[in-house]
Amino acid sequence: MKLDLLTSLYVFMLAAFIGFEVIRRVSPLLHTPLMSLTNALDAIAVVGAIILAGEYHEHRALLAKILGTIAIVAATSNIVGGFLITDRMLRMFKASGPKKP
Amino acid sequence: MNNLPGAEHIIEITYLIATALFILSLKWLSSPKTARRGVFAGELGMLLAVAGTLLHHGIVEYKWILIALVLGSIIGVPLGEVAMTAVPQRTALSHAFGALCVTLVGTAEFYLRAPDVPPFMMAVLSMEVILGSLTFTGSLMAAGKLQEVLPQRPITYKGQNIVNLGLLGVAIVVAGVLVAHPERTQLFPVIVGIPLVFGVMMIIPIGGADMPTVISLLNSYAGLSAAAMGFVLESKLLIIAGALDGASGFILSVNMSKAMNRSFSNVLFGAFGQQQTAATGVQKARPVRSATPEEAAGILAAANKVVIVPGYGMAVAQAQHKVRELYDALTKRGVDVKFGIHPVAGRMPGHMNVLLAEADIPYDKLLDMEEINGEFPQTDVALVIGANDVTNPAARTDPTSPIYGMPILDVDKARTVMVIKRSMAAGFAGIDNPLYYLDKTLMLFGDAKSFVGSIVRELGGGQE
Repeated sequence: MKLDLLTSLYVFMLAAFIGFEVIRRVSPLLHTPLMSLTNALDAIAVVGAIILAGEYHEHRALLAKILGTIAIVAATSNIVGGFLITDRMLRMFKASGPKKP
Repeated sequence: MNNLPGAEHIIEITYLIATALFILSLKWLSSPKTARRGVFAGELGMLLAVAGTLLHHGIVEYKWILIALVLGSIIGVPLGEVAMTAVPQRTALSHAFGALCVTLVGTAEFYLRAPDVPPFMMAVLSMEVILGSLTFTGSLMAAGKLQEVLPQRPITYKGQNIVNLGLLGVAIVVAGVLVAHPERTQLFPVIVGIPLVFGVMMIIPIGGADMPTVISLLNSYAGLSAAAMGFVLESKLLIIAGALDGASGFILSVNMSKAMNRSFSNVLFGAFGQQQTAATGVQKARPVRSATPEEAAGILAAANKVVIVPGYGMAVAQAQHKVRELYDALTKRGVDVKFGIHPVAGRMPGHMNVLLAEADIPYDKLLDMEEINGEFPQTDVALVIGANDVTNPAARTDPTSPIYGMPILDVDKARTVMVIKRSMAAGFAGIDNPLYYLDKTLMLFGDAKSFVGSIVRELGGGQE
């Protein structure tokens, strides 16, 4: 699964364009949940931390394990906290009018 | 679990699906109707990606991974359950955690790979740890200021910008040396340490009202550092998630800067609050008209259309639930009540909307600046609660005003303006607000929560 530099740049560029187009459409009403949701999604960095902490390393294994483990803790707290609070916020947004749940 | 045939392909496919779900997640967030589905898509994508990663054949030890996952979840749950008024500091804290993760992984990757780090890889790795570590301490500082553990007042000193830019410059030069000579591993702590200091210095001159811009900017940095980590680890999923987060933070930063009529660099290097203090203190003791809760209630009850303009003062006074009672009491009398929300009202983008939604005010009554400004001329009463600079007509009319050109809510175009305020003290920027001296303006002096409560009592509603 080697990616060369150019491919990485293509991926980044396309994702940035998609990001701009999709996020521009998010109503200012939901900008706070937007920030907490992107924060949770960003914590996908946990996959890198998991591999770092779990892989076999010939040297500096302890360093990798310690830093990787702390990194997993930090990212996981963002995943759990981020999704929880986003959903809590979004549950509060209700439309007016007759339709009551 | 090791060396299953095709395991690598399964992992790649879970990543592919996760990427699609992440994009859908943000797409569905565009409307409150589909937004919760968006959260679900994000959660599903995350679950798939993490589960897929755990299948990775290179993983030889699971003990610490599992302990860390459990520990992170234990920390994450209370962070997901903070009060809505604490959401800005929680958000800043989560930027710090995200950046911490990226910085630690970047640091470990460097020491595992050194001295054989190709120049491009070293450049991206440097960007990852520089952005990551400055975002880490910067976000911690922002969270501290928002939580009021640290002084909220901007602290400035002579040559501040030169010191800050100098620090960042040194870090970038050292990173450049490392790109050329990755074997000089003793230099690596410099490109982690200096940005850590820079992050602190960067936030010291930032005042409370600049927080929406700063939080957005830190959000963008956190995303970009994660994308850089994706380049280092050659993970498309991470590049895409980082790019999405970076784009989101960037769009929000641009929105916030525009709403304050300031450039990025001005927010970061301007230390707004300090400069304006000189501009005030000239005019004082101008007559204002004030009113009692009874009078205010009478005027509100006689109105056909009321627009409420909330600001950070409403959040500080925790007045949103009383405001909801006022909304109910007026709506029951057939008054059309809407809310006009300035993009930088509060301490982060969308802060007011979340507080008002928590108080059960329907979201279709919450209108942003562009939507509501056309309605003020037909509005009988504009009720300003804890907002100041975002209603200052000097931004439209007085070219000498420090906030001249900033888009504002045109409350002065309403027939009557009522302003709930503790005293005549100037707002965050220390700028006098001519709105208060208009003939049509009534000042309602007092605590926002108890004053709104008194109005509600006069209207014969509320009482929870």
